[in-house]
Amino acid sequence: MPKRKTKPWQYASTITIAVALACMLVPQTVAAAEKMPSPEDMWAVIQAQQRQIADLIKRLDITDGKIEATEHKVEVTEQKVAETEEKVEAAGAMIEETHAQNASGGDGWWQRTSLGGYGEMHYNGGNADEIDFHRFVLYVGHEFNDRIRLKSEIELEHSIAGEGKNGEVELEQAFVEFDINDQNTTRAGLFLIPVGIMNETHEPPTFYGVERNPVEKNIIPTTWWEGGVSWATRFGSGFSVDLAAHSGLDVPDTGGNAYKIRSGRKKVSKAPAKDLAYTGRVKWSGMPGVEVAVTGQYQGDITQGNTDTEAFFIEAHTNIQRGPFGLRALYARWDLNGPEPKMLGRDEQYGWYVEPSYRTEVPGGEAGIFVRYNEYDMAAGGMGDSKYTETSFGINYWPHPDVVLKFDYQFQNAPQGEAGDDRANLGVGFQF
Amino acid sequence: MQFCLRHCILACVMLTLALPAASAKDVYQDPSAFVADAFGGAAPEPKLLWVTRKLKPRVREILDRNLGQLRIRYWARESRTVWILDEIGKTKPITTGIVIDNGQIAQLKPLVYRESHGWEVRYPFFTDQFIGLTLNNDNKLSEHVDGISGATLSVSALKRVARLALYFDAQVSAKHD
Repeated sequence: MPKRKTKPWQYASTITIAVALACMLVPQTVAAAEKMPSPEDMWAVIQAQQRQIADLIKRLDITDGKIEATEHKVEVTEQKVAETEEKVEAAGAMIEETHAQNASGGDGWWQRTSLGGYGEMHYNGGNADEIDFHRFVLYVGHEFNDRIRLKSEIELEHSIAGEGKNGEVELEQAFVEFDINDQNTTRAGLFLIPVGIMNETHEPPTFYGVERNPVEKNIIPTTWWEGGVSWATRFGSGFSVDLAAHSGLDVPDTGGNAYKIRSGRKKVSKAPAKDLAYTGRVKWSGMPGVEVAVTGQYQGDITQGNTDTEAFFIEAHTNIQRGPFGLRALYARWDLNGPEPKMLGRDEQYGWYVEPSYRTEVPGGEAGIFVRYNEYDMAAGGMGDSKYTETSFGINYWPHPDVVLKFDYQFQNAPQGEAGDDRANLGVGFQF
Repeated sequence: MQFCLRHCILACVMLTLALPAASAKDVYQDPSAFVADAFGGAAPEPKLLWVTRKLKPRVREILDRNLGQLRIRYWARESRTVWILDEIGKTKPITTGIVIDNGQIAQLKPLVYRESHGWEVRYPFFTDQFIGLTLNNDNKLSEHVDGISGATLSVSALKRVARLALYFDAQVSAKHD
């Protein structure tokens, strides 16, 4: 293949392109050369950066030092906190030990003696129309040891006692209680008879109505205490049995109150002891808020040798408080065997009542309303009209569980020849 | 007849006094055994809740008195706390064990009973009423608890310790949350 000869005009165009490219590149290279820092400038920048690095290293050293100091302080603080905790623990333990010793370790009589009590003041309208501080009771208990204790109550009735005064000072309870074991307890002394709903539990905040109901007052007769011995046994499932042998009633056999049960209480004040009485009670309280009990009593001669009048007593009741609903129902009856009480119709004396109630929370406490129907007859064996009926309704307000304000109104139908006492009653009561 | 009876009674009284001594302190279960039972047999180490100034007003509201204790010992594991608390019924303290689980009462049991009345509170027919109860905002139990006739003060004491245990449980649970 023959070599192709280059023409002169072809050389010219190549040179022209080269020159043109060179012309394009030269200004850019000059500009770049103009932007580049000089070695002096670069040196200055490097020195500045070195100073910054040195400064940062210095700051880092300072920070490290501070961190170390903080760590040390934290350690010291932790140690101090631990020491403080130990001191607080020791102080707390010492205070608790001192408190425990004061509470039970000293064994001074004052640490084994407890105080309590209750009281109530009434306004009675109707025929009575009077204000009366009905009773103030002071309870004193003392533990001789873990199994022997004293329980006592002293009562002041009607504010003032003494010659010609309305009131009385009475010893309502004073007995020594012995624990035989977990299930058995005995008592000796002056104690409340285990009967009825109110005879043993009659603190004002525990019942409705300003005055105690007339059935338990006149038929049982509440509050009823005697001197003697008793034995209480508790079984599982809520059953318990009480047996008691004690001084008996001594009813008058002449006069307007002849053979009236309430008139037979001698209150263990030089009471005749020719004829003791024997009481037994079976109680079941095996469901919350429910109590069912039956009490029986026998006394060989309720006149203590005057007329040879044998007495039998039976009482049954239920006391229910389930949720807001309450129900009390009680029946009691005396049978006196002898010609004298039979002649007066007092060979049979009975009474019963039923009392539904409703209790609920209200602002500042609790309130309850009740209605009660009572029927009782202290000469039911006679032919004449001797029956009392009484219907009461009212309200209790408890600003505190141990303090109560009461209002009720009663309608009473008395036997022929007596005026019924319809009246309003107001009361305030407390226990502590 | 009456003469013989009276002498029999006197003899019974003497016999009673001669019987072996038994303590009035009825221990239904040892508190440490109760705690162990509550945790399946192995109780954790006890902890202490300090009754601080912050806690005192509500404690007083629940008890109607000052607690008189600096610290309360309790046991805790997971959602469960156990409290052993003393509260006076009528005249003597009742020692009660309370198990709280997830803010509800899982068990309440009188462990040592020193009162001579109100012994019915020891039985499950009464204590089972507390199971599942919680504490309302106004410091009251979430449900009504029926009482026992003649044992009002003992029942009230158990209600108070139930409320107190629920309140304490809420305090220690809040700390751990």
